[in-house]
Amino acid sequence: MIPELGYGAAIVALGLALWGAVAAALGERTGRPALLLSAQHAAVGVFVLVTACFALLTYAFLTFDFSVRYVATNTNLGTPFYYRITGVWGALEGSIILWTWMLALYTLIVILRHRESARELYPWVLTVMLGVLAFFLLVITVAAPPFARLSPVPADGRGLNPLLEDTGMITHPVALYLGFTGLTVPFAFAMAALCTGRVGDAWITMTRRWTIVAWYFLSLGLLIGGWWSYHVLGWGGYWAWDPVENAAFMPWLTATAFLHSVMIQERRRMLKLWNLALVILTFGLTLFGTFLTRSGVIASVHAFTQGTIGAFFLSFLALVMLSALGLLAWRWEALSAQGALDSVVSRESVFLLNNVMLVAAAFTVFFGTVFPLLSEALRGVKVSVGAPFFNQVNVPLFLGLIFLMGVGPLIAWRRATVDNLRRNFLGPVLTGVAAATFFFALGVRSALAVLTLALTVFVAATIALDFARATRARARLGEPLLPAMGGLLRRHNRRYGGFVVHLGILIIAVGVTGSQAWSVQTETTLDRGQSAALAGYRVRFEDLTASEESNHFKVAGTFTVSDGRVLGVLRPAKKFYPQEQSPIAYVDYRLGLREDIYLVLGDFARDGSRATVKFQVNRLVSWIWIGGLVLTAGAGLAILPETKRTA
Amino acid sequence: MRPKFVVGGAVIAAALAYMIYAGVTQSAVYFVTPAELRAAAVAGKAYRLGGMVQPGSLRWEPRALDLSFTLGDGTATVPVRHKGTPPDLFGEGRGAVVEGTWSADGYFRASLILAKHSEEYKAPHGPSQAGYKELIRTLKGDGR
Repeated sequence: MIPELGYGAAIVALGLALWGAVAAALGERTGRPALLLSAQHAAVGVFVLVTACFALLTYAFLTFDFSVRYVATNTNLGTPFYYRITGVWGALEGSIILWTWMLALYTLIVILRHRESARELYPWVLTVMLGVLAFFLLVITVAAPPFARLSPVPADGRGLNPLLEDTGMITHPVALYLGFTGLTVPFAFAMAALCTGRVGDAWITMTRRWTIVAWYFLSLGLLIGGWWSYHVLGWGGYWAWDPVENAAFMPWLTATAFLHSVMIQERRRMLKLWNLALVILTFGLTLFGTFLTRSGVIASVHAFTQGTIGAFFLSFLALVMLSALGLLAWRWEALSAQGALDSVVSRESVFLLNNVMLVAAAFTVFFGTVFPLLSEALRGVKVSVGAPFFNQVNVPLFLGLIFLMGVGPLIAWRRATVDNLRRNFLGPVLTGVAAATFFFALGVRSALAVLTLALTVFVAATIALDFARATRARARLGEPLLPAMGGLLRRHNRRYGGFVVHLGILIIAVGVTGSQAWSVQTETTLDRGQSAALAGYRVRFEDLTASEESNHFKVAGTFTVSDGRVLGVLRPAKKFYPQEQSPIAYVDYRLGLREDIYLVLGDFARDGSRATVKFQVNRLVSWIWIGGLVLTAGAGLAILPETKRTA
Repeated sequence: MRPKFVVGGAVIAAALAYMIYAGVTQSAVYFVTPAELRAAAVAGKAYRLGGMVQPGSLRWEPRALDLSFTLGDGTATVPVRHKGTPPDLFGEGRGAVVEGTWSADGYFRASLILAKHSEEYKAPHGPSQAGYKELIRTLKGDGR
């Protein structure tokens, strides 16, 4: 009964979404407020129904309703309570429901916030949001029905993919999807601007915070994904340029470009066309990513290969891109920019260059990801490009972006004078050069590492310089130092939120550089009592123990870690899930600011006398997570409502 | 100012095109089956070889970390050698993809092994359960 209810709710929601999309557009064209009101009600109805779908599916998971195919494949009687809830979005069907629910939630918030404030754009925004919702509801009802029955009903389910039994599984998809779906809002406003011909700055001003919110969640999702990869997958890395990672990274890059380019439009009335194109591209990339990862056209470690759903997403992507580009062409005249660039050495140019580099990075990631498809279609041979390609092409771009990160916020608008450049950059450049000398003297011989660290110091110096100046200006007016700093952060939260995000990126850059340049690893087979040495640490194999957990068996090694004195005991394990064909590694590690000690149990003798272990000392990796926290804190600061500027 | 920006844009585009070209030529990995590799193997070229781990071919020497096995596709087989522990999900009779180069000495030197996940549904409490119980008993008992 429950599954039928869920299925019925999805069908009614689909009908409502379609009606609402049409009604809102009709209401705008004919000027009849009743139609618009009806569309609004439809949107609320969609939210209620999708919430019901989500609740019903969760209920089916909690009650072990194995007559539902999706429940039977993603849970079993041994699955702990906590993972029965996260299991709801552990695979395709449920994650589409989660996605749709978030989109419906965002639509509701748009209605609450903008039905009065954005009268002209609002009807079309509603049309677009409901149209996108209708597509996802179509997927739920036709392509990937989560409530499909399974017959005969099995006595027990297959169980959740063991790799997903991790706390990261609740937060990672939720954050990522909040980011993806959040990007629909600026897209809807952009479409509304094109439909109404109001291509001025109104849509930009209204979606500014929406974009930061979506960006915040997307960043958080990517970071948690990296953390999950690091502490669950057991290969000692956090980013593999896997198609699924790339699928999330591409819209992040273009959304980052958009966050910067809107500032130019706000300030100088330029880049109208570019901003619209960026938003369309970003939204298109979220759909493309879903297509890429869910259709199985590209092999990935994530491997949720599914059949027909790819065709659905590709068709919808084509529809969205064609109509969006058609609208752009239609409004071409109105979009010709009013402002013009005055000088190459100006903030506008730097922001433009930043945008070009971000889009170029997105393009290279796209190119590398679809390369196997391209080469097979054009030359008939299957060729892929791996991590070396992505690193080689993107590292120069990212270094350039870090440099611009230092220049952009401080260089003058319109035309920078020599005096402006000297005043703002002489100190930071000297600091950067000094840092390079310092690191070289310290024994750092990798040119890439020295360059990255020097650039990082340069950018940090520009931020410090700006903050110190602004604080001093306030302190001179008689404010004490600390309140002056706080007031600065609160009063200009967008600017300083941005700076804090930049600091977070710098810290991440240091972590990435360190882990790439200085991590070391070894793999060795130890007898009981024997130890292995690496980078000043010794790891001694003490013992092997087996235990029975609620839904798996676990074989854990006991290893003592010491650097002269005993630092602790690590217990990497192998987990044997009955429903899986082979064991899953369970990593153990000791995190540190300087380096992590990271152990993976490989092979072992059945009598417990011998174990093969992968022993890594990963340098500075913790700074990636710390930088991530700083970055999200900065984004949070930038999201805060702007305070009224009182003179 | 216009010409400056056009020139700048062209320089950036050219640099990007060159980086992509260089990146592709240096890191392209060719997907081949054992039969395709046997037909035209070039020593030193990077391949990604996919096939089935032939039953009875798997040798694992934990002391030396030497792993060797044969990958086959029904028509041809290729001997593979690797330094390191066999990954999870790896085993005889299963699909595997290995990345590495063809050695002039007549074997494939794998630097990376990717075991393939099978999507097939398995009854959760099958005969393997007994095997794990046995394993636990051994580890708790005689081994100490």
